[in-house]
Amino acid sequence: MTIRSSLFGAVAAALLLTAGASGARAQDAHAQPRPHRMSWSFAGPFGMYDPAQLQRGFKVFKEVCAACHSANYLYFRNLAQEGGPHFTEAQAKQVASEYQITDGPNDAGDMFQRPGRLSDHWPAPFPNDNAARAANGGALPPDFSVLAKARSYHVGFPGFITDAFIQYQEHGVDYIHALLTGYEDAPAGVHLQPGLNYNVYFPGHQIAMPKPLSDGQVDYTDGSPQTVDQYSQDVAAFMMWVAEPHLDQRKRIGFQVMIFLIVLGGLLYFTKKKVWSNVAH
Amino acid sequence: MEGHSTYQPKGKVAQWFESRLPIVGLIHSSAIAYPVPKNLNYMWTFGAILSFMLVCQIVSGVVLAMHYVAYAPVSFARVEHIMRDVNYGWLIRYIHANGASMFFIAVYIHIFRGMYYGSYKAPREVLWILGVIIYLLMMATAFMGYVLPWGQMSFWGATVITNLFSAIPWVGTTIVEWLWGGYSVGDPTLNRFFSLHYLLPFMIAGVVGLHIWALHHVGQNNPDGVDIKNVAKDSVPFTPYATIKDIFAMVVFLIFFSWFIFYIPNYLGHSDNYIPANPLSTPAHIVPEWYFLPFYAILRSIPDKLGGVLAMFAAIAVLAFLPWLDTSKVRSAKYRPLFRQFFWVFAVVAVLLGYMGSQPAEGGALIISRILTAYYFIHFLVILPLLGLFERPKPVPASIADAVLAKAKGGAVVVAGAAGPETK
Repeated sequence: MTIRSSLFGAVAAALLLTAGASGARAQDAHAQPRPHRMSWSFAGPFGMYDPAQLQRGFKVFKEVCAACHSANYLYFRNLAQEGGPHFTEAQAKQVASEYQITDGPNDAGDMFQRPGRLSDHWPAPFPNDNAARAANGGALPPDFSVLAKARSYHVGFPGFITDAFIQYQEHGVDYIHALLTGYEDAPAGVHLQPGLNYNVYFPGHQIAMPKPLSDGQVDYTDGSPQTVDQYSQDVAAFMMWVAEPHLDQRKRIGFQVMIFLIVLGGLLYFTKKKVWSNVAH
Repeated sequence: MEGHSTYQPKGKVAQWFESRLPIVGLIHSSAIAYPVPKNLNYMWTFGAILSFMLVCQIVSGVVLAMHYVAYAPVSFARVEHIMRDVNYGWLIRYIHANGASMFFIAVYIHIFRGMYYGSYKAPREVLWILGVIIYLLMMATAFMGYVLPWGQMSFWGATVITNLFSAIPWVGTTIVEWLWGGYSVGDPTLNRFFSLHYLLPFMIAGVVGLHIWALHHVGQNNPDGVDIKNVAKDSVPFTPYATIKDIFAMVVFLIFFSWFIFYIPNYLGHSDNYIPANPLSTPAHIVPEWYFLPFYAILRSIPDKLGGVLAMFAAIAVLAFLPWLDTSKVRSAKYRPLFRQFFWVFAVVAVLLGYMGSQPAEGGALIISRILTAYYFIHFLVILPLLGLFERPKPVPASIADAVLAKAKGGAVVVAGAAGPETK
């Protein structure tokens, strides 16, 4: 009895110490506050992208973000894709033709410029990383292609376990939305490095990117509010689609697979019961 | 294991073939007539689940390899090409990436089941050691596979793990540079890891063959830990009994697997691995995949580099000696009241070690890691040898049939032998 209680006492103590240690870390002055969890149309088992939101997000991206950020894995053809912004093919062609793409060499051996086509990549704003750094005070604006999956925030115990059950996968978009709305004046006593800006949600709080969005900056034609908060949500959703373009299809197939497996599992359960019914086990 | 096997080829052609290559008889005796203890619970379905996972990983991996290119400047983009432009490429890659985790979840359940029911004890020592070898090969395969997408965690995980070998005195640096094929992790490393990542699963398949051969030679252990004495009374033929049970369990496991593939495909991965590898930028926290975390915690809990590496490898190697470290004659924890408690404490310690491995090694977390590491080794090297000497096991049933009968009655077990401290 004594062995038993002391053993479980030790385990309980270890658990408490563990919780204490992680709690202490959360108190860290440099820790980011946890981004607010927004309600995204693509969250959850039946979540799908909202094409209208992706079209708005694309507008924000095209008019604001794309000035510095590349999206190298994005093709113009993707814009007309189902389960995406779902522009018409004509609209996507129109967007592509607004850009000049370097092609070649032609028969004379020369590179030449031509209007973009659906099969082209989204053109990068800078010819290379060094040019991007030179134009942005030494900081490299990250590529947008998979950025929404490359950003996250610390959830910790026990949240990271419950997240598996509630299917929370929106760490990246929640962080991006928080970051875009998290610009503030540096609090007293914080010494900002030259060229850096204060952001509540950025690790270390000093970010090279200046506040990119302000109210009314991008014209929405569908009557959605033209606020920083709305822009941030829309562009974060757009980035999620760029990072995970087959999410709609994934969740649709997932539901079919689940139904199939549950029915099959049920039938197998009763078959197994029948097979074993004549054996004591 | 001789049992229900009664295969007699019927047709002329079948007889002609069987007398030249008795493969149908082999399949019949090992997958149809093979006697299975009738008291097995669902923990015994993980062998079949693991076989399925191995096939799943090899099939999805072969398809991925058709689209992947192991060349440092393009590998990250090639994986994204699979995710975006290959038909159902996202599905195949998410199956493969999450499949690795499912493989480890199943293998950990399989290993802990073996520990709980004493499946490593005579005559199953070789069977157990073959299992430890499979586990080691799995870890090597998974580690190299994680490097292939060439993200930040791929690169820095490879850097940290290969650097472990530099702790070897005198020749450490030479060995590490030989592993890298250069002076840092780079394109040659990526290429050889891809080659080995393709090779090792087939070596796993080979050892799995031996593992199953050994299993079918000595027969399965079971929750009561007593061997089959009377094939007719104690066992059922593999088909249909075990076959239908395994398939049912597999489908339930697939539902769990699908939850990850379709709804939370990036839950078990690290977001930093969606950042292309950059040798000039070290991530804030380099964390291995979850299935390595307990060993990572052990590695970091030793203040000395060589000591840490030795402790980490010892933590795996000690498993191979388990059949001799456990001195109790009784196999199943069902009849070992004290061992059962220590088993669960050990299971909790292993999980806590995993959690500690995910935390930065500093302050309180480091102290807890050290206590847990010490306990990990004490469990194997002190508690298990002593338990066999001092524990009073409960009476073990005389046969599987008796155990089943007692369970049905819900009453006392038919006593087989004297209860008392028994050792080998």
